[in-house]
Amino acid sequence: MENLIHMIGAKFNYIAYIILMMIGLYALIAKNNLVKKIIGMSIFQTSIILFYVSTAYKTGKAIPIVEHGHGAHSVIHATDYINPLPHVLMLTAIVVSVATLGVALALAIKVYRQYGTLEEDDINSQIRIQAGK
Amino acid sequence: MDIIYSAKPLIAILVSLFVIPILISSRSDNTREAWTFVAAILKFIIIASMAPLVLKGAQIQFTLFEVMPHLAIKLKVDSFGLLFALVSSPLWIITSVYSIGYMRTLKEHSQTRYYCYFAMSLSATIGVAFSANLLTLYLFYEMLSFATYPLVTHHQDQEARSSGRKYLLYILGSSIAFVLPAMLFIYIKTGTFEFVPQGFMAGHFTHGTLLVLLLMFVFGFAKAGIMPFHSWLPAAMVAPTPVSALLHAVAVVKVGVFCVARVITGVFGTKLLLSTDLNTVVCYIASFTIIAASLIALSQDGLKRRLAFSTIGQLSYIVLGVALLSPLAVTGGILHIAMHAFGKITLFFCAGAIFAASGIKNISDMVGIGKRMPITMTCFLIGSLSVIGLPPCGGFISKWYLVLGTLEAGKMFFLFVLLVSSLLNAAYFLPIVYRAFFCTDEESMFENTVNEVPTWCLVPLCITASISVILFFFPQPFLKLAHMTAQTLIGG
Amino acid sequence: MVQQLPALLIIVPLLTALVVAMASWISPRLCLPLTFSGLALSLAASIGVLMEVIAHGPVTYTMGGWNAPMGIVYVIDYLSSPILVVITSVAILNLISARKSVEESFPGKTGAFYSLYILFTTGMIGIVATGDAFNLYVLLEIAALTGYSLIGLGNDRAPLASLNYLFIGTIGASFYLLGVGYLYIATGTLNMADLARFMPQMADNSMVLFAFIICMTGLFIKMALFPMHGWLPNAYSFSSTAATGVIAPLTTKVMIYAMIRVGLYVFTPAYIFNTLHMSKAIVWVAIAAIVMGSLLALAQKSLLKMLTYIIVAEVGYMVGGFFLGNRMGITGATLHIINDAAMTLCLFMAAGAISYKLKDDSFASMKGLFRKMPVTMIGFGAGALAVIGIPPTCGFFSKWYLITGGMEAGQYGFVAALLFSSLVNAVLFFRIFEIAHFEPFADPHDHHHHGHSETVNEAPLSMVVPLLVVAAALIVLGIYSGDIVTKIIQSAIPAGIV
Repeated sequence: MENLIHMIGAKFNYIAYIILMMIGLYALIAKNNLVKKIIGMSIFQTSIILFYVSTAYKTGKAIPIVEHGHGAHSVIHATDYINPLPHVLMLTAIVVSVATLGVALALAIKVYRQYGTLEEDDINSQIRIQAGK
Repeated sequence: MDIIYSAKPLIAILVSLFVIPILISSRSDNTREAWTFVAAILKFIIIASMAPLVLKGAQIQFTLFEVMPHLAIKLKVDSFGLLFALVSSPLWIITSVYSIGYMRTLKEHSQTRYYCYFAMSLSATIGVAFSANLLTLYLFYEMLSFATYPLVTHHQDQEARSSGRKYLLYILGSSIAFVLPAMLFIYIKTGTFEFVPQGFMAGHFTHGTLLVLLLMFVFGFAKAGIMPFHSWLPAAMVAPTPVSALLHAVAVVKVGVFCVARVITGVFGTKLLLSTDLNTVVCYIASFTIIAASLIALSQDGLKRRLAFSTIGQLSYIVLGVALLSPLAVTGGILHIAMHAFGKITLFFCAGAIFAASGIKNISDMVGIGKRMPITMTCFLIGSLSVIGLPPCGGFISKWYLVLGTLEAGKMFFLFVLLVSSLLNAAYFLPIVYRAFFCTDEESMFENTVNEVPTWCLVPLCITASISVILFFFPQPFLKLAHMTAQTLIGG
Repeated sequence: MVQQLPALLIIVPLLTALVVAMASWISPRLCLPLTFSGLALSLAASIGVLMEVIAHGPVTYTMGGWNAPMGIVYVIDYLSSPILVVITSVAILNLISARKSVEESFPGKTGAFYSLYILFTTGMIGIVATGDAFNLYVLLEIAALTGYSLIGLGNDRAPLASLNYLFIGTIGASFYLLGVGYLYIATGTLNMADLARFMPQMADNSMVLFAFIICMTGLFIKMALFPMHGWLPNAYSFSSTAATGVIAPLTTKVMIYAMIRVGLYVFTPAYIFNTLHMSKAIVWVAIAAIVMGSLLALAQKSLLKMLTYIIVAEVGYMVGGFFLGNRMGITGATLHIINDAAMTLCLFMAAGAISYKLKDDSFASMKGLFRKMPVTMIGFGAGALAVIGIPPTCGFFSKWYLITGGMEAGQYGFVAALLFSSLVNAVLFFRIFEIAHFEPFADPHDHHHHGHSETVNEAPLSMVVPLLVVAAALIVLGIYSGDIVTKIIQSAIPAGIV
């Protein structure tokens, strides 16, 4: 039991991202409304961003901004700073997820114009009626 | 042995493919058919020009592409391949003459398509004959399956459709399901596909595996019509008669038998099969097919269907001869490819002539037809005699060698099979001829006036019938080629 | 010049995409020539790189002069160079073929279409060329987002199908990203070559194991490996044929390339085939994909739907071939990427021409098609023979390597599945040939004169010519498959694999 608590304490960031991810996945799969699905997708992507950023963190170290970097006389140790690379990567990932969100919403608008609803059940029943004709 | 490198075999194969664009674009029927003749005659000349070299014991080879490391599309003309090519290519000329008569008399539709696919089928047939390895053989074998499909389904009606289905299901299905995996398995174990006189399988496989592989080939080449993979052939009889004549009595079915023979001699090899006694299994399968097909033929009323079952039986003669693996039997089997071809094509030509002239398909309606079509029915008699194996027809010689071969191999059972089936052959052919000529006027279903088919149809069947007779007296060069093949393959 | 080719490969189409989008404001007529020249340059560059690779070995290009492992490198080696040529040629051929139907389906939106089209191609090229695991994710998403938009441009059910594809595709890509994250934690690098160097010490690291599973799952979703194929049939069959013509041949194939790249050059063969004992299980999944794809294809009633399920089966071929883990199997899978792209392109182009003329792609509408569109049907027939696997078309040879690989690995289930699917494909296509050849049925009493009334009504030349080019390519690829394998693919597979 103590081990478990210890593990949760040490790796809470992992647990948090997995919980978020599952929430997103649940919305993506189980929700009937297309916009809710899109929200789920966003949560899903954000959880991964969170995961990346949290892995960069080192307890008690400085943020990776080196003041007077060029003129400084003291030696810079990489271990003294939080790893900046995941943050940089996530900038790209955020751009990607925003773009995905944009495309998804655009498609949702197109679907709405066509069927007059965003509820998947309604759309499917309309499709079935059309196919039956 | 001399090996000559020459592109002649390739040209022989391609000549009929090159003519297809001309056939499609020709403006009138006459030019189209003229070009078919040009291609057919050219093909024959090229093939015949290779005969002197091969008869002297040389081999002509040509390598096209190396499609896989150490595995090429490769052509080889040896005595066996040449024999087969020499049988099919002149018959294409004759069949083209017949096609013109038949197709025009019946005013068939889509004749351009018909001539194009016919030309393509002949390319594939000669390709099989000249294949130097298993991969090339398979390539042309499949090409033939596809080229003949539009011919079988020429009438485009419901019957043609279901027959076409059956045709492809049997032929394509068995080749993909049996031949392809067997080939691959052999390639993995041996790393080669080249046909060599004593095969290349020895020492790589256990007894059981060999048996399975052998059966996969024998049944997988369903064009050979070995039971139970035979029923595509009667179904394919919905095709126009020239197709049945050339393709389903000569080209396609003989390709099947040729493939089986090539695999038995060039892949497995005599020594291996004799030492494991696996050839006897094939002999029994062939014997069963011979007897069963002859019995079924007895009960068929449609003339073309009866001929089809007769073909199934005769094909297994060839398989039996090759599988006996004694020099004389192999000679007989291979010779039978030629002898049966001329005899059976005559019979099909006659069946087509009867249909074109009178619209009759069933034997029971043919009582007294000999008085109306005396020349056709005389040729029918000659064809029947050749297929039964009676002198003075070519079929006698090949059966003679087959009988001697069974004695040489010391397997009396197969001698018995041959004799019984000859009797059955006589029983299903001779009554047709007898009833056609000898009947009272009341029984006769025809008026007593001569009314033959157009000359375009009549001439070819007279030619093939005469060739059947001539081959009895002058069986060269086929006999020589068959001897040479038996010698190189068996060493006897 | 030769050193800059890898950069040109990707930068030219990327910039063309922007130029096309802007040019469409000036005049929509400018878009097609611009797109064409951009792709043509890219094709030329890809052929140049292929020649260079064959002559002098792999080419590495460091973007902006930042060296690996810090910067992003583009590595064009024996594995990627042939795929690049395939991508650019598929894109350019389909562009020519799709012209008429683009003008008809998207009046006023041609600029958007062409811009997305070339951006999609850029993404595909990038995925293949990159040597950086994270960069691969970004390009994956560029290709995917443009793909969603291209599909979504279609009418009727296309937007909904595209949206569903987007949901699943995003999950797939995110899984891949997550896997890369774990790899980064474990090794501290994102460069593929660097990652591979760390791999031998990481053999029993659970983070690497997790990264492998999650990366592969992501890619499996993206390539529509059964049972994760649900998005594919609708997305491909409801979109416009102009878009499907490029998406269907490329997307799944490039994802399989990514799987092979990540498998061989990141996780290394020693790790995935020897340390892990998963490959057998994945081959069984592939077998299920082949069998189920074939069976589902049998159940379809329209041409495009049937073709999409054939793609599902073909994905099984390649995944199974790769996870056989021997040289023959991987050769077959790699060769099949090239061949299957050509085959799929051929079939979808023919389907495009057919539905352009008929405005319908159900089997019932294909009656008498051999008479109406003879040339299109020749192209379709060539594609069909290749998919069935009849020599000398290319489909036969890749199947050959795959089956050989299956036999060598003792995976007879895989061999049987391949043969089964060949037979089913034969049934599938001959069913269509029958309809196109036989129907409408003739009057049984007069079967000599029917059919002449229908006149030839062939698709426009801009569709027929590229189709015939691809059909011819199917045979050329088959004949030269020996050279392709010995000169290129054999060098692409690490020496350790027997």
